[in-house]
Amino acid sequence: MGRRVAIVGTGQTYHKSSRKDVNGVELIQEATSRALEDAGLTRKDIDAVVIGNMDHFEGINYVDTWSVDGNGGLYKPVMKVTTGGTTGTTVAIAGYYHVASGLFDTVLAIGWEKNSESDTTAAIITCSDPYWERPTFGGAVAGLAGTACEYMYKYGITERDAALVAVRDRKNALKNPYAHLRKQITVEEVLVSPMLAYPIKLLDICPRTDGACAVIFASEDKAKKIADKPAWIHQVSSRHNYTFLTDIERSGRMPTLYEACMEVYKNAGIRDPLHELDVVEMYTPSSFAGLVWIDALGVCDEGEAVRLVSDGVTEMSGEFPINPSGGVISTNCIGATGLIRVAEAAMQVSGKAGEHQIEGAKLALATGFGGCFWSDVLLIGSPRPN
Amino acid sequence: MFRKNYPLLTISSEIELPYNYSLGKYGGRLVTELKQNGRIVGIKCPKCDHVYVPPRRVCGRCFIEMDEFVEVSNRGILQSFTVVYFSFLDPETGKKRPVPYGYGRIKLDGADSEFLHFLEESDFKKLKIGVTVEAVYNENRVGSFKDIKYFKKVEDGDPS
Ligand SMILES: [Zn+2]
Repeated sequence: MGRRVAIVGTGQTYHKSSRKDVNGVELIQEATSRALEDAGLTRKDIDAVVIGNMDHFEGINYVDTWSVDGNGGLYKPVMKVTTGGTTGTTVAIAGYYHVASGLFDTVLAIGWEKNSESDTTAAIITCSDPYWERPTFGGAVAGLAGTACEYMYKYGITERDAALVAVRDRKNALKNPYAHLRKQITVEEVLVSPMLAYPIKLLDICPRTDGACAVIFASEDKAKKIADKPAWIHQVSSRHNYTFLTDIERSGRMPTLYEACMEVYKNAGIRDPLHELDVVEMYTPSSFAGLVWIDALGVCDEGEAVRLVSDGVTEMSGEFPINPSGGVISTNCIGATGLIRVAEAAMQVSGKAGEHQIEGAKLALATGFGGCFWSDVLLIGSPRPN
Repeated sequence: MFRKNYPLLTISSEIELPYNYSLGKYGGRLVTELKQNGRIVGIKCPKCDHVYVPPRRVCGRCFIEMDEFVEVSNRGILQSFTVVYFSFLDPETGKKRPVPYGYGRIKLDGADSEFLHFLEESDFKKLKIGVTVEAVYNENRVGSFKDIKYFKKVEDGDPS
């Protein structure tokens, strides 16, 4: 068992589809300086930096060294971590490992992306097998579309059911000043938006965003001095899946997310997540995923997620609020996306979420999704863990 | 003297990066079977009996080496599909991939894993999970994954 670790500061850029006013290094510096300011720290207080983004998205490879001016890592240990869509949560978990190990006291985790700088789908396709899968694979949108088809077939859900998720998240985004898409949409608008890859339409899928996020992890001694209300890391878990997209087991609930959640609950002593968790920041790349993957959180019987969403249980005012930040469907700077889930979960339990604060939130779950349907899960809370 | 506003510029650039990717010990066997015999071969795990297509050396579940090849059918059941309408840069060709196109996961008879390939049909209203599809080969086969032109719907059916 490692040392106790808490999040003591978070920072985000204002997210937009294109930030031509900054290059990547400057974008990273914006998020980093906001996190330091939030924690009341300076660059000198940081022992190590973990940074991540998507491969092939910006035409930059050695992001750890290339971004030193902006990441604050001059003459410090800097490590790059990249795991696809989960990059942001993996960066957070790596930051946590650094401090939990006892080797570092204060560690800065950074996720960033300038999605506007390349063809997102072309870059994503390079994650698949170059010979057997690349010719057909249509990237994240098409991959998620295939699974959405299965969900419709298996659970009888409709395009209209899925649209409810997009409408909910976009409504929540109105309360988040950092969110990229801040315009209310309706179910009808989702249904008539352009078809990208059946059954996913433009308003069912996350946008492409330029943005960065930074989160500061600190050891127990430091955290108590730095923050009035540290956001403690209670549990983390990761589950990976197979190399070939077609090997992925798709029986039952989204298997990697389900297994990661069950491990986290077991180790944290959570028996009734629906009532014990106060808020979830869930990596929902598409409306269909945001519906069906609720099953994998273990809060309902398989196939019942539709009921939770349509009954308003996942609204900010409901028993089980999902994505008060507006989620991935409102903001998606991919390398930062998972880390934003972690930052937002920490903000909720520290009482720093402003207009989208869930009153009295003590325990929050953040999830990450990426690559061949693998998952990261972090449980973050205001009470100090045992 | 500094002006207040200079233009916010972006520069366009391309990276052309040819590479030679190894298909592994058994990838070439499937390619050769497609070309010479118009058939698909998979590989069976000696421990869990799982039949993988395309064949590869290691069963990730059991983490052991496989060497028993099995012929699987050119027919299978469509497990999942999509029809792609949005255009994007194809890293394989450096050009926009032609759309719309349909592709899906096909569970070939005799295989346990699925096979990802193009579908003849590109109207999503005419596609259904559970239908039987069959490989259609090109007339001139060159020894490629693409010797199979696409999978064609042969009948309606329900896998359950
Ligand atoms: Zn095996």
